[in-house]
Amino acid sequence: MAKQRYHRLSDHSLPFWTLILLHGLAVAAGVASALYIESHGHGVTGMNNQIVWGLPHVFAVFLIVAASGALNVASVSSVFHRLVYKPFARLSGVLAIALLIGGLAILVLDLGRPERVFLTLFHRNLTSIFAWNIYLYGGFVALVAGYLYAMMDRRLSNDPRATAVFGWAAFIWRLILTTGTGSIFGFLIARDAVSGAIMAPIFIASSLLYGLAFTVLVLLTMSIETSDILCTKELIGKFRGLLALFAATTLALTLIAHLTKLYAAPTVAVELFLLRDGGIYPIVFWIGQIGLGLLAPLLLLAVMKSEASNVAELAGASILFLFGGLAQMYVVIIGAQAWPLNIFPGFEASSSFGDGAVATYAPTAPEFFLGISGVSIAMLIAALAFRLLPVIPQILANEAKA
Amino acid sequence: MSHADDEHEANIPATTAWMPGTIPGSSPGTGMTGGNRRNFLRGALAATLIAPGVTLNVFGANARPAGEPASTKVRWGLLVDVNKCSISCDACVRACNAENGLTGRSETDAQWIRKVTLNNSATEEIRSAPVMCQHCASPPCVDVCPTGASFKRADGIVLVDKHICIGCRYCMMACPFKARSFVHEDHDDQATHAPRGKGTVEGCTLCVTRVDAGQKPACVEACAKEGGALVFGDLNDPGSEISKALRQYPAAQLRADLGVDPGVFYAHLK
Ligand code: SF4
Ligand code: SF4
Ligand code: SF4
Repeated sequence: MAKQRYHRLSDHSLPFWTLILLHGLAVAAGVASALYIESHGHGVTGMNNQIVWGLPHVFAVFLIVAASGALNVASVSSVFHRLVYKPFARLSGVLAIALLIGGLAILVLDLGRPERVFLTLFHRNLTSIFAWNIYLYGGFVALVAGYLYAMMDRRLSNDPRATAVFGWAAFIWRLILTTGTGSIFGFLIARDAVSGAIMAPIFIASSLLYGLAFTVLVLLTMSIETSDILCTKELIGKFRGLLALFAATTLALTLIAHLTKLYAAPTVAVELFLLRDGGIYPIVFWIGQIGLGLLAPLLLLAVMKSEASNVAELAGASILFLFGGLAQMYVVIIGAQAWPLNIFPGFEASSSFGDGAVATYAPTAPEFFLGISGVSIAMLIAALAFRLLPVIPQILANEAKA
Repeated sequence: MSHADDEHEANIPATTAWMPGTIPGSSPGTGMTGGNRRNFLRGALAATLIAPGVTLNVFGANARPAGEPASTKVRWGLLVDVNKCSISCDACVRACNAENGLTGRSETDAQWIRKVTLNNSATEEIRSAPVMCQHCASPPCVDVCPTGASFKRADGIVLVDKHICIGCRYCMMACPFKARSFVHEDHDDQATHAPRGKGTVEGCTLCVTRVDAGQKPACVEACAKEGGALVFGDLNDPGSEISKALRQYPAAQLRADLGVDPGVFYAHLK
């Protein structure tokens, strides 16, 4: 096999500039929102003392979860030696870092005191899974950067051991990272909706799904931009199969989690709330997460023909999977808080502080802009990396037709 | 859990003494742990305590002399006798709000203590009780806090160091009793001994400055004039009023099944 060549993006097409402009506007809106929230306090958001984590967390956790999954293509090439994915390993690594930074930026900007984030370097509480996640995220960026370096450096890239070592390390690290993110919720002992060990496997399965969906969308965009067929017929078939597999796994684990909680006495009430009686939450769950986010794209993948010219279904399915991911985070993060804590078992409680009552949450525009800007931050970082580093593979014309 | 606490304490930088007053029955120099905790708190409130007038209440009869650490021999606690708590009374809430300068718009107001109306699902009997921070012995809020801003003093009082709270609200997610509030906007009318910072989290301090000065918490004092449903004292001292009361009639911790071991007990809750 001829040596794989890579190139940097040089001149951009008008549609590409338009995309960049749109993402730039979204980031500007996000930054303005963050400053607004910062100066006025979180009172200008829909968050309150009942719903303490709002839309920004929905986007941030979604992006962080997707980040570790985006490394998937690189992992299967280096760790599982699937050569067909090898040309895309760099792109996958870049995307993983970009998504993680996008997510973390939102998490930090939504803090009550974002300017104090560096305090976490000096004041650490090692019993906090949150503190551990800070190390996990930092380590992830460092390892993936090392991995990219090993792949791009002329000397190192000739030594397959270097890529393998970094590839393995990053692979293991990302599993721990996703487990860590999922555990943030598992540790909330009093929140009936999310406590429990099943959160971690769900997060791992869905991270693979969302990460791959992002990768596919970026690859397809780059195909158009470079007028190169980056997704060969073979690759499209493989992506289709993997997306379907990850989606089915996420679906199965989600159903198992809800069924287990539905049959356990302490959690049956909150389950009925999330799945049937909770107003917006069952709608977001059934229509958003399950219907549009998993079943519809699965159907799209089932009917699509695996031909290189037939990428619209693949793109459509990927977009729907990402939409479903946001819906999933909404149900998990907001729904879990909306359900009242059971402080006095055996009593119907009521108070001026929302005891015994379902909490209401009406997100405001600033928190939406702040959240969505995380996606745009990630996309702009990726675009910049594609311009500065040799990331995009050059696919030989005959290979593409094969 | 206790091991984890030790680790956490070891992270606290040792600084000079601050806390005014002493705890009844505590001996000088008990436990480095207490010292560290107290010094930790020093950073939290030092700025306000420099304010003149605040030191006036320091030398009460039971006050802990300045420079002495809070002691692990003491565990401060509260007892709520639900039988004596009237549904229409909110004296404790008003006292807390006045003591700590808690004001705000209603959607996002801070409630360090709230009255909860309880309708027994079986008997339909209606009761009421106040809920404040339960000052858990194994507080989840402390376990999850990334910076260590949430901390437990040696004498069991759980506090937030407002100077290192980054406002992540993870403690609010983790608290089983919704005992904490996030400061959603600026407040100009703050009490000097209870500074409030926009973007940080706060909650019942068990009136720490009063307790260190040998006084009772504001809510307990206010309640004494009404139903007398609140008893404050040292759970570790068998001779204290609260220990005697706890021996007299059975009382339960809220959600004892969670294993967080609250320092607040509820009697006649049925
Ligand atoms: S009641 Fe909540 S805030 Fe208070 S110590 Fe327990 S967990 Fe922490
Ligand atoms: S909001 Fe403040 S006190 Fe609460 S966990 Fe975060 S840093 Fe700690
Ligand atoms: S002990 Fe003090 S801070 Fe706590 S509820 Fe009572 S008055 Fe408020």
